[in-house]
Amino acid sequence: MSLMKITKSRMLGIVIFATFAFPLAASAQQGESHIGKYTGHVGTGRQLYFRYCWGCHGFRGDGNGENGPYLNILPRNFVAATYKCRSTPTGTLPTDQDLVDSLVRGLNNSNMPSWITLTDQNRADLVAFIKTFSPRWKTDKPGDVINVPAEPALTVDSIKHGKELFTKLECWKCHGAEGRGDGPSASTLTDSNDQPIRPYNFAAGSRFKCGTSNHDLYKIFMTGLDGTPMPSFADVIKPEDAWDLVHYLRTLQVTHKSPELALWMSTKEGAEIVNAQRITGTPTGSGIKQ
Amino acid sequence: MSFCGQRAVKKRVSGVASCMLFGFLLVVFLFADSPSASALPAPSIKVNALPAFARKYGMPCSSCHEAWPKLSPFGQAFKDNGYQMGNDRDAPIFQQPAYWPVTFRMTTFWHRESQNRTQVDDPANPPLGQTEGKITTHGFDWSGLDFHTAGTLAKNYSFYVLPASDNTASFHFEAVWARVDNILGSSWLNIKLGKFELDNLLSEKRILTLTNVAGTYANYHFQPLVSPGNLAGPGAVTEGLYTFGLGDNQVGLEWMGHSKDDRTRVSAAVLSSKDGQPGPVTGRGYNGFFAASRAFQLGRLGLQRIGAFAYIGQAPTFFQFTQAQVGVGGTGIGNKGFYRDGLIGMWYFNKLDVTTMFFHGWDSAFLGSNTPANQPLPIGARAPTWNGGLFETHYNLNPQLILINRYELIRMSRQVFATNPENFGNEDVLTFGLRYYPFISSRAGFAYHSEYAILRQRGASPINGLNLTTSSVLLGFDFAF
Repeated sequence: MSLMKITKSRMLGIVIFATFAFPLAASAQQGESHIGKYTGHVGTGRQLYFRYCWGCHGFRGDGNGENGPYLNILPRNFVAATYKCRSTPTGTLPTDQDLVDSLVRGLNNSNMPSWITLTDQNRADLVAFIKTFSPRWKTDKPGDVINVPAEPALTVDSIKHGKELFTKLECWKCHGAEGRGDGPSASTLTDSNDQPIRPYNFAAGSRFKCGTSNHDLYKIFMTGLDGTPMPSFADVIKPEDAWDLVHYLRTLQVTHKSPELALWMSTKEGAEIVNAQRITGTPTGSGIKQ
Repeated sequence: MSFCGQRAVKKRVSGVASCMLFGFLLVVFLFADSPSASALPAPSIKVNALPAFARKYGMPCSSCHEAWPKLSPFGQAFKDNGYQMGNDRDAPIFQQPAYWPVTFRMTTFWHRESQNRTQVDDPANPPLGQTEGKITTHGFDWSGLDFHTAGTLAKNYSFYVLPASDNTASFHFEAVWARVDNILGSSWLNIKLGKFELDNLLSEKRILTLTNVAGTYANYHFQPLVSPGNLAGPGAVTEGLYTFGLGDNQVGLEWMGHSKDDRTRVSAAVLSSKDGQPGPVTGRGYNGFFAASRAFQLGRLGLQRIGAFAYIGQAPTFFQFTQAQVGVGGTGIGNKGFYRDGLIGMWYFNKLDVTTMFFHGWDSAFLGSNTPANQPLPIGARAPTWNGGLFETHYNLNPQLILINRYELIRMSRQVFATNPENFGNEDVLTFGLRYYPFISSRAGFAYHSEYAILRQRGASPINGLNLTTSSVLLGFDFAF
């Protein structure tokens, strides 16, 4: 009997502990962020959010800020918690570091600027608060960071192989044969908000939506850009093939100096292709890359 | 936080602000005395805050301004980057063709101005007798108009044009410049040409106070007095040739560089020695201004910034040619030197921030005594020097409410004449106020502004050389669209 009592009281203790402890553990994911040595806090993040972010992302974090109707790329809906720029597999939540990286970098060709001027602590606080908007952060954990193998040596063969992959994987259907974002499917594409979305125009710039480096580009097509038609190719191509594709895509950035473009231009085939794509010698003086 | 939560907070803040406003008014009227009425000038407000940028980028004022017009680090970086966010959407080609980056700003207010010893006609000794009298006046009024237009002409080409008027709509160009940004792709290479505000870390054009007394920084405009009861000095012909304010927009060429995150900022400018006036008004000299600052993160407290600046100038002391006894513009010669330098710190403790500044000034004995360089110095004339300090505190309760306090002091360390009292010309300025922004939006700005400021100048009364006290109260609506 006494044994039963002890067991019951233990059981009661476990229940009480579980009642309070597990939600605490679950909400810890939502209540803080951890980026390097910085721990972000929701309270401070809330203050920062309502200073800097609400105009576009809205009071509820649903992307319906007062400026939403005037932006042709809708602000991120933090309630949906679907993020383009991740280091984690498609369909998973990003890491805190991924969110901070987006804050530091900004999102090119959108209204999202770089918040590099904020302190590291500010950014950590903002990330902690942003995560409170979606219940996903209570139930899910961020995905595992994908492995990015070391970049192999750049060769003409790797560029050529990347070019073949560009055709084989039908990247051209959206991005166009010259990478100008004008493929036959481009006009039909929509994002997860049913808003028209244009594929990336490689010829127009050097910065990608989620970074500037080859490493970033590799991650983009191995993780995909969730919420957009850009899928993950992680299950489709091998890492070495992905690097070849990276090398080729760099040559499509015909107005951006890169080792890949320089090497490609040193070949007869590459020079002919690039020179045909470039618009040079115009007397307009315009800095706008066509 | 839910929207209802936001509204509740707003309501609480509104209540707090109302209480503070009431308390402030109470204090003001306890301090105030109002025996007579006459005419003192209305505040002249020349400040920068551009809802045109908020409209362009769809961001609330609070993104770029801690409390407009005071910039946040993000706003400072935006400005330093040539009014560009850097996301390849800055050029006007990305805006609707009808978009025109125009903003106006005005303030309507009630104010009270008082000065204890103003020079007036002496009824006991007409017609030329002069005496000192206390003047106090108050009433409803309005400020001048700032009509800002600024932005990018193309990627990495920015501009700023500011026709500004006094409250009679008499316009002048407060700022006119174009800037080539990020030359060779480097944020360290930006060149600006025109009339612009010096790269002062503590920007007078973004000052949060608006009264006659505290609408400018005393340290930025201080020029030593000559002697008690003889404020202009013996060389009346030179009067007006040497007018200088570090807070005045100057005309010249500026190089400015900054790190990508704007933590490090440096600039150097070569400027015409005419205090921002158009045309060849005085001489042909050139001045230089140099500034550098570095920001660093201090734990959870925020971004701290320290900096230094120096203005090295020269000013003519007489005109080479005159016509009808009036100097011919641009022929001022007999240049004599002056300089201003200082150290500044901006310290953040979460919602509380304190700006501290040490200021030092030196004028040539000729400039200090208003003596033309082709004449001998008055006996005993020396180069005046002085030191100054500023402590400005803000409590930014939230983006909607900021409490402001400032104390400036200026102490002469060497008088022009040894016979002057040691404290002759010393100044103390005390200011406090609050600004409450009932809404924060990306379209327009509005602030309830309350402020009280008092200035004491030792021995500066115009006739008797007694202490001069000037005070100012301003309660009003400050708005921009």
